[in-house]
Amino acid sequence: MELAYGHPKSLKPIQTKYCPGCGHVVIHRVIAEVIDELGLQGASIITNPVGCSIWADLYFDFDSVQPAHGRTPAAATGIKRVLPDHLVICYQGDGDLAAIGTAEIIHAANRGEKFTTIFVNNAIYGMTGGQMAPTTLVGQHATTAPYGRDPVEAGMGYPIRVLEMLATLGGTKYLARGSVNNAANIRKTKQYIKKAFEAQMRGEGFTMVEILSPCPTNWSMGAGESVEWLEKNMIPFYALGEVKNTLEEAAK
Amino acid sequence: MAEDIRLMKGNEAIAEAAIRAGCRAYFGYPITPQNELTAYMARHMLDRKRTFIQAESEVSAINMVYGAAAAGARSMTSSSSPGVSLKQEGISYICGADLPAVIVNVARSGPGLGGISPGQADYFQSTRGGGHGDYYHFVLAPKSVQEAADLTYEAFDLSDEWRIPAMILADGLIGQMMEGVVLPAERDLSKLPKRSWAVGNQAKQGRPINHVSSINLVPLELEASVRARFERYAKIKETLVRFEETQVEDADLVIVAYGTSARVSLGALQEARKAGLKVGLFRPITLWPFPEKRLAELAGKGKRFLAVEMSMGQMVEDVRLAVNGKAPVDFYGRCGGVIPTEDEVLAAARKILGK
Repeated sequence: MELAYGHPKSLKPIQTKYCPGCGHVVIHRVIAEVIDELGLQGASIITNPVGCSIWADLYFDFDSVQPAHGRTPAAATGIKRVLPDHLVICYQGDGDLAAIGTAEIIHAANRGEKFTTIFVNNAIYGMTGGQMAPTTLVGQHATTAPYGRDPVEAGMGYPIRVLEMLATLGGTKYLARGSVNNAANIRKTKQYIKKAFEAQMRGEGFTMVEILSPCPTNWSMGAGESVEWLEKNMIPFYALGEVKNTLEEAAK
Repeated sequence: MAEDIRLMKGNEAIAEAAIRAGCRAYFGYPITPQNELTAYMARHMLDRKRTFIQAESEVSAINMVYGAAAAGARSMTSSSSPGVSLKQEGISYICGADLPAVIVNVARSGPGLGGISPGQADYFQSTRGGGHGDYYHFVLAPKSVQEAADLTYEAFDLSDEWRIPAMILADGLIGQMMEGVVLPAERDLSKLPKRSWAVGNQAKQGRPINHVSSINLVPLELEASVRARFERYAKIKETLVRFEETQVEDADLVIVAYGTSARVSLGALQEARKAGLKVGLFRPITLWPFPEKRLAELAGKGKRFLAVEMSMGQMVEDVRLAVNGKAPVDFYGRCGGVIPTEDEVLAAARKILGK
């Protein structure tokens, strides 16, 4: 008898170091499920960033490369150019991608690098303990924005909508934003990831899936409360859905 | 077969040698005085369907090298002093992850933006690791276009064998100068050490999964891996030190100089000998590992030393460490992109010898 639903092969059956209620766990699982469905476990490489998901290499059961903070897209570029027939996943958080690595992601996207970026947006720095991120919402509290993010008087800038910014670039082919706040959105997120991975394997160009993800620990909330906060505050600002889809498939 | 000899700029000879050494991926960013190198790579790597990327910064370029090297390709980047400063973070990660890579520094004068004329003031940065953490890497210093090509070709092999990056520390003069160069044959890549540590083709190879990383949060484990690396360094220091000596045996004064300043010093030596002064030249070719043992031997034979550099005195510190108080060590240097003349070096030698 065939097992219809079980633990994905591409994910090791071990407990993670992630906090209770953290979105990374669900995102890892969804990625692993897609890789299993595509039969790519033995030909996948993940570049895991500096941030909480630096631990991704402990959990994914395939090759990994751990680059310097923010340089993840540059390293993924090097890997994918050398191994064009592999599935290369550039896994990044909001600090890694939208602050220290802004130049790297913009130019990798613009070159149309044929890897897929998974951008986990939890609007905060996780590993270092709750500092303001480029995607922190206006008024949201952080250890380095103790009175809330104040774009005007304190000059803290505005939250960056990365996908909308990258959508203007010729090299980007597929940009979608999902969320792991409920089962329906997790299923949609999985579809986005699958589309992106399939497009990558067809060699179409730069693909990226941003995923809104709760960080109860650094938001100082319970797991349930953090999901409500995400729905009430993040989704209205970071609209879900396909921001850009110029894949060949879509053109048909 | 006739020798493959060409008249080339140093920058182009380095590029061609890298291609012949089997460089599969090159990543660069424009900076003077090494631009011919990147332009040559653009033309000839793309010609051969190999990877060439003009990166958005030196930071990105070195991290592309990190990725390409992790994926098992012979990889290289080149730059000049301020750009090499930007690469230091990446070089530290490459060393921490035990990846092979070749980095070329066609050095100019600093600090800061400094000037675009040749300099040797990156000696400290090159030979002391340069980035954060406990590490070293090969540093090879060519004195001519020929040697720039030869050392670049060899740098790939050294780096592969030891899983330590190799830096070519040239300067703007070596990069810009044209000389005849005999080019090496295409490297047979089937005979390279196996890259069982690289990522990719895991299923095809049927091996356990690989992680390329420099992180380890367990202090005792990290200490063990740093110590293992230092054991490799010790072996390298035993076996791979390289230098060239000219009329050192009977010399009263040994000039110690590398790269361009060694060329100038050779001219000064020839003038000194004509005048009956017993001057010799000791030219380190590997700046790391530094030829400290041989210098200590020479100090034991009663020689005294004059370090000549295009800096305010950096390598001279290694000469003093090697000599360890057994012999006087003097210094003559020019900086800011000024190249010392033979007459200046000869005058410095005469002053020391009192003749």
